Amino acid sequence: MTDTAEPLLMQGAGAIARAVRAGSASARSVVEASFARATQVDAGPGGLNCLVSSDREASLRAADRAPEDGALAGVPVVLKDNIATTWLTTSCASRILEGYVSPYEATAALRLREAGAVLVGKGNMDEFAMGSSTEHSAFGAARNPLDRSRVPGGSSGGSAAAVASGIVPVALGSETGGSVRQPAAFCGIVGVKPTYGRISRFGLVAFASSLDNIGVFGRRVDDAARVMEVVSGDDTEHDATSAPRAVAGFRTSERDLTGMVIGKPKEYFPASLPRANSERCERALDALRARGAEIRDVSLPHTDLAVPVYYIIAPAECSANLARFDGVRYGLRIEGDGLRGMYEATRSRGFGAEVTRRILLGTYVLSAGYYDAYYRKAMDVRALITRDFSTVFASGVHALFTPTTPTPAFQHGAISDPYEMYMSDIFTVTANLAEVPAISIPIGRVDGLPVGGQVIAPRFDEATMFKVAYALEEELGKEAHR
Amino acid sequence: MPISRDDVLHIAALARIAVPTAGLDTLAQELSGILRHMDALQRVPSEGAAAAADDAREGMRLRADAPPRVPLEHPRESFAPTIEGRDRTRVPAMMDGFFLVPRLATHEDADEEA
Amino acid sequence: MSGSPPGRYEMVVGLEVHVQLKTRTKAFCRCSTSFGDPPNQNTCPTCLALPGALPVLNAHAVELAARAALALGCTVHTRSIFARKNYFYPDLPKGYQISQFDRPLAEWGSVSIGDTTTGRAIGVTRIHMEEDAGKSVHDRFPGFTAIDLNRSGVPLIEIVSEPELRSSDEATAYLRALKEILLYAEVSDCSMEEGSLRVDANVSARPAGDDALRTRTEIKNLNSFSNVAKALDAEFARHCDVYDRGGTVQQQTMLFDAAGTQVRPARSKEGSHDYRYFPEPDLPPLVLSQAYIQGLQYALPEFPSARRARFTSSFGLSAVDSEVLTASRDVGTYFEEVARASGDPKAAANWVMGEVLAALNESGGPIADFPVRSARLAELITLSKGGALSSTAAKKVFGAMVAEGAAGAAFAGATPAGATPAGAKEVAERLGLLQVGDDAVLRGWIDEVLSEHPAEAARYAGGETKLQGVLVGFVMKKSGGRADPKKVNQLLAERAGR
Repeated sequence: MTDTAEPLLMQGAGAIARAVRAGSASARSVVEASFARATQVDAGPGGLNCLVSSDREASLRAADRAPEDGALAGVPVVLKDNIATTWLTTSCASRILEGYVSPYEATAALRLREAGAVLVGKGNMDEFAMGSSTEHSAFGAARNPLDRSRVPGGSSGGSAAAVASGIVPVALGSETGGSVRQPAAFCGIVGVKPTYGRISRFGLVAFASSLDNIGVFGRRVDDAARVMEVVSGDDTEHDATSAPRAVAGFRTSERDLTGMVIGKPKEYFPASLPRANSERCERALDALRARGAEIRDVSLPHTDLAVPVYYIIAPAECSANLARFDGVRYGLRIEGDGLRGMYEATRSRGFGAEVTRRILLGTYVLSAGYYDAYYRKAMDVRALITRDFSTVFASGVHALFTPTTPTPAFQHGAISDPYEMYMSDIFTVTANLAEVPAISIPIGRVDGLPVGGQVIAPRFDEATMFKVAYALEEELGKEAHR
Repeated sequence: MPISRDDVLHIAALARIAVPTAGLDTLAQELSGILRHMDALQRVPSEGAAAAADDAREGMRLRADAPPRVPLEHPRESFAPTIEGRDRTRVPAMMDGFFLVPRLATHEDADEEA
Repeated sequence: MSGSPPGRYEMVVGLEVHVQLKTRTKAFCRCSTSFGDPPNQNTCPTCLALPGALPVLNAHAVELAARAALALGCTVHTRSIFARKNYFYPDLPKGYQISQFDRPLAEWGSVSIGDTTTGRAIGVTRIHMEEDAGKSVHDRFPGFTAIDLNRSGVPLIEIVSEPELRSSDEATAYLRALKEILLYAEVSDCSMEEGSLRVDANVSARPAGDDALRTRTEIKNLNSFSNVAKALDAEFARHCDVYDRGGTVQQQTMLFDAAGTQVRPARSKEGSHDYRYFPEPDLPPLVLSQAYIQGLQYALPEFPSARRARFTSSFGLSAVDSEVLTASRDVGTYFEEVARASGDPKAAANWVMGEVLAALNESGGPIADFPVRSARLAELITLSKGGALSSTAAKKVFGAMVAEGAAGAAFAGATPAGATPAGAKEVAERLGLLQVGDDAVLRGWIDEVLSEHPAEAARYAGGETKLQGVLVGFVMKKSGGRADPKKVNQLLAERAGR
């Protein structure tokens, strides 16, 4: 039934699971193929540098134990290195957690394992998910498989590169301000950020708890939806912010968008958007029209405030979330003068420059005398941004379409100013602030570099988001990679 | 409002991060540069928006007062930080089940540490 | 008013009391809260603050906190918010404590001190929920402080009073009343030894008659009610002395050294802390329905002051006896059951205050485990009152029931309350202590005595009435003490034709 020239590994998660369930392929053989592919594409430190840890023998043993009847039977997966697994590291690409192996497993990792997926490596990332390029990793920068002089995006760049280079068909990343959608766009694959609360955060090492989400990568919309169905759902026993809601099916064969209104928010199409990118977006909007959707101009008036809001709230939460890395119970410890010296030596040497910068920024905006001007103000404006979305969705708009990023993948080292780097999140942070689901899918290329288009839907309406993404993917066909 | 060297020293102390004197000015400038972009927020009236949104949020689910807890699949010694033991080898910073840290004389030193 | 320069200054005290809630598992994880286990045994990813672990709030902790708040007359808010209080300390694993800040669980309560005529209500400003830290051991390993996180994450409430206490005596009265209410509400063990009740005190002094508050100092490390009083008096005297010499008091944290009964400054200065409170993003708001809160309100027990008043008015007990019988909620309930079942509150009070409390004192156990359940004691009182048992015999029966209960528990391993022990009458019969009041039997014994002692019988019959006592004594002896002396007297008198 999988009788094509393409190797099974390249046919995607659905094809692999069908073959393993039918007994026409073994999980072990697929995992072997995955490791062979990693070698072939030079995934190691001198090459893509997309994995911070892997263990072939252990993965093969895991493949032999994997249930053969699951929705993801035999599917090799990469998990970002900030998702807790009881074998392989959970280092967050930080010196402070170098070599740390979690004694418990994240809910999402457990659900994948129970569905038959096999862990083949932990994805490289910006340290503690703080960054947009996967250059801020203690284990070296990851590279974009489509152009190795460029960044894969970040912070989940390792997971994205592993999927884009064909090592695995699907992977998990995490999002705080666009860290799945942006690398998906940069690497020419699909990236999903679900509604806040849809996927349990239990076992996801916290960066900014009110914004963090586990997200999903796949080469095709259908694979991403398949993984979403497995990892989503109520986990209020372990995560108080998990949504106690049943998960409707995200996969659909419906490709007709007749009757659907898709909003085009003007704030996401600024004059500064490169013309070629803008043209790819227009082509995508035409594709949606071709499937019967009505495109309507809308406005989300507080969009320009999203990055400032984000860069107050996220550092504030991170300054508290990263206080636990103190050298007392786990991780790096460097002795200093007494307890205080130990704390300072451990944290100063354990955290990289960007993490340090954000911890200090977050400490500042929460400190006495500044809380109201920064943190409280940011929380208020966040509520206004959220209201923008609910107002648009209440006006009869079913979903929004925007570009995922203002530019395609940039060269390594091209952006050194922190705030300029932060601005690459400009079209993605809003969904995190408003807790709405969003997906990035390839909509074409500019100078050989992928361009991503983003579909945003109302809270807990991933079904609509996927429906639009499926239709767009099918209508664009091969255009999506041109 | 720009962040001064003293501000950086103060927040670094709160965050238990040692900033080398040489790096203070650069850091103060970087942080001030970032915060300058935040001034845009002051332009929009937003008083009470977060509180109103909060009041509309659903309450949290509570859990039963009962075991089982989430088990540890590896012993505490396996992930404890290491310190130099005898023979200059690294050993887990644990003894008789306790985690060990550099000695504080009494709890009041904690306040001094704070 | 101990310790204050009379009349010139007034002491102003507010107390912050931390109380551990009586739950089985911790506030935010399912680890056991049991006391005294090996170090770090009761820890998991959440209370060790492992990367990626999250808090989920314990429903029972919420119930106990709300019940405590209602017991103290507070308004329990339908919506409250948890916050992170940030500071570094090795026994605080996350680097922040989950607490409540500007939206606490409850506010606006009070605690009455003194009796109804001379007493007054001390305001309770607020009650909020929070988690405990772990324990630091400084003297066990040379060169190291040892960290035990078994207590990390145990649920607490902090009860903050208004600065309305005016003397160390009032402070201890407040603490006693507070503890009594919390014990009645069964929210905490309130044991200062085990750390389940801890007190910090804020104290200031002002010239008598002034309304304005002056600078306060906070005294920490207070490990008994008497030390609270001592520390307050010492610190108040220090403030007065500073003012008398024209100085000013510095706002700071003081530590009480119980051994030297001295208060000395902690090394840090107030204000060097910057806790950077902000709403805990891992926990949505705590939302309680009005129906839930009302349900807890209705289920509250009767509190000691109300119960004392009722015992005095409806059972006719003295104020002192009511005080003794309400000191513990369970003893009060036990007494009330005995009083109702026996229909004799005075006898019930005497028995409970005498024999029962003495026996409990000896066994050291709670009244819940006491083998003589209220129904059995009531039966005993009824038997005694009806004349079937002498008071000496009744005490013997009671002693036997206590002993059998203890033995039964020891052998069967079952709680005495769970077994079905013999009733008072059965025990009395078994011990042969039941009084004999049957006329035929008594007449038989009287006949025998009269024939065995013909001289005394003749003199008695001849009108020497004082011999009646001697003859009754003979009958009692013959009966083995079981004859009902009243009846024997009666029958002898009849025999003599009187």
